[in-house]
Amino acid sequence: MITRFLLQNMDRRAGVFLAIVLGLALLVPLSNLLLPAGSFLHVPTSTMSLWGKYLCYALLAISLDLVWGYCGILSLGHGAFFALGGYAMGMYLMRQIGSRGVYGNPILPDFMVFLNWQELPWYWWGFSSFPFAMLMVLLVPGLLAFVFGWFAFRSRVTGVYLSIITQALTYALLLAFFRNDMGFGGNNGLTDFKDILGFNVQAQGTRAALFSMTCVMLAAGFLIARGIVVSKLGKVVIAIRDAESRTRFLGYRVDRFKLFVFTVSACMAGVAGALYVPQVGIINPSEFAPANSIETVIWVAVGGRGTLVGAALGAVVVNWAKTVFTSGFMAPYWLFALGGLFVVVTLFLPKGILGTAEALWARRRKPEVAPAAEPAPAE
Amino acid sequence: MNAPVPGALTSSLLYLDGVSVSFDGFKAIRGLSLTIAPGEMRAIIGPNGAGKTTMMDIITGKTKPDVGTVMFGGTVDLTKLDEAAIANLGIGRKFQKPTVFDFHTIEDNILLALKSKRTVGKTLFWKTEGPQQKRIDDILGIVKLADKRDRLAGSLSHGQKQWLEIGMLLAQDPKLLLVDEPAAGMTDGETAQTAVLLKEIAQDHSVIVVEHDMGFIRELGVKVTVLHEGSVLAEGPLDQVSANERVVEVYLGR
Repeated sequence: MITRFLLQNMDRRAGVFLAIVLGLALLVPLSNLLLPAGSFLHVPTSTMSLWGKYLCYALLAISLDLVWGYCGILSLGHGAFFALGGYAMGMYLMRQIGSRGVYGNPILPDFMVFLNWQELPWYWWGFSSFPFAMLMVLLVPGLLAFVFGWFAFRSRVTGVYLSIITQALTYALLLAFFRNDMGFGGNNGLTDFKDILGFNVQAQGTRAALFSMTCVMLAAGFLIARGIVVSKLGKVVIAIRDAESRTRFLGYRVDRFKLFVFTVSACMAGVAGALYVPQVGIINPSEFAPANSIETVIWVAVGGRGTLVGAALGAVVVNWAKTVFTSGFMAPYWLFALGGLFVVVTLFLPKGILGTAEALWARRRKPEVAPAAEPAPAE
Repeated sequence: MNAPVPGALTSSLLYLDGVSVSFDGFKAIRGLSLTIAPGEMRAIIGPNGAGKTTMMDIITGKTKPDVGTVMFGGTVDLTKLDEAAIANLGIGRKFQKPTVFDFHTIEDNILLALKSKRTVGKTLFWKTEGPQQKRIDDILGIVKLADKRDRLAGSLSHGQKQWLEIGMLLAQDPKLLLVDEPAAGMTDGETAQTAVLLKEIAQDHSVIVVEHDMGFIRELGVKVTVLHEGSVLAEGPLDQVSANERVVEVYLGR
């Protein structure tokens, strides 16, 4: 049943996307590990980690597209779920440091020793176990989304009001995590990681494995999201987006459907955050910043809302552009460029990069029948 | 004068008694009483602001009455249920402005309306079985949209959207259909066809039709209730009602 669910109505766009992501999962680490550094095809470790980060963002973008593109819930706080997943992973990584910290305390992370804490707070219990931490990566964002959604959707909070409270949610978490006595490292966050599952996080091999894992999880997240949107539930969710009260009069409990996709989406964002943290080596409260969540919305809009593949594409393209921009003389103008990009996409490419490209492609293919001279475009 | 007769509750499909609702002091419905028998088709007319749409909102759970009884099938109190629960009880509604799902195909619109379990789990792992597909095909035939099944509903003309919505009501297979101005914005030909369609539906469903178009009501040939200022002004066959002086005064005369 699960396989049928994941693979139903497989189309070309999804096939191409999966082939690329899984191809990257295999080829990039191989090239990084096996080819000599001077080779043309060699992918340097720094580039691999950078792209690993982009792909985490791509998974976050897909999770947002699931709720925004398909269900019409414009969450301006999805960064909160990403950050919570990241913190759960960070807590595991902190516990792996053991007595190798600056203060050499075998139990307490450095920042707790610094704060003169005597014992581990209860909410840090269990995080030395990898399976437990992974469970929390899913459970904490999922539970928060469930409770938040339960109240918001049952009270029929929609549209801009919902967006504002999601923004407030992530801002509240930002402020809370900044406080030292919350026990999450205050504004420094969690960093100085040593090992993951016994492997050095800095080692080239570990980085390659993390990159592969990110690709695999991106593919899995995509398959789950796609399975949901092509199912009948997906049709209900689109119906809710386009005519909410009509859907209700058909007998669907709109709040439950919204709650389902919102919770699934939050879990997915949590996984993205958990993969992100070991690759960038730090998690701090700035990940909760409202601006991060808004930027995620821009990725999805740029790539193409309601397409899943477009969301992933948008995340990679915008973040790649950000890297290029902010490393050169144009660095001070990045935010202007980002804002400008959003305006241009909204005005001229309402379907995003993917939607526009596919429309152009479809237009090119049609006249193909009439003028026989034109060679068929390569597949 | 319109107080329901004793025993009306148990023999009725829909029973409204002494229903009132006000919005910010404005009494949209005042002391409305109405009984619909199983299998009956009823036309409701009335000038703008007579409370027709508010009455539908009360029956479908969108609006809660301040006072009064609203019973379905003689036993279920509709004022205690929400829209989804009422829809699943078997009350379907067609809106005044045709509301279909523009970004779904016509077939998917019918599929979404098709009578089935509406839970998250059941829809997530849904597979359309043979009999359900046949039912969808039948309905597409009845509303004359079978050849357009793969087109997006948003691309339909106004009249076709009205029919698609009637098709969606059929797919829901409700015990009672509430149809708000089905002939609005239709050509004469379409109006006549819609009347035929509704009469067909009325053979095995109870139907309440709200309509302004007198010609359309005449074609339906059913009992008429005239609403005025939130309560029933007159009730009976169209000829009798249109001869009523008060009705002529408030409505037909204008």
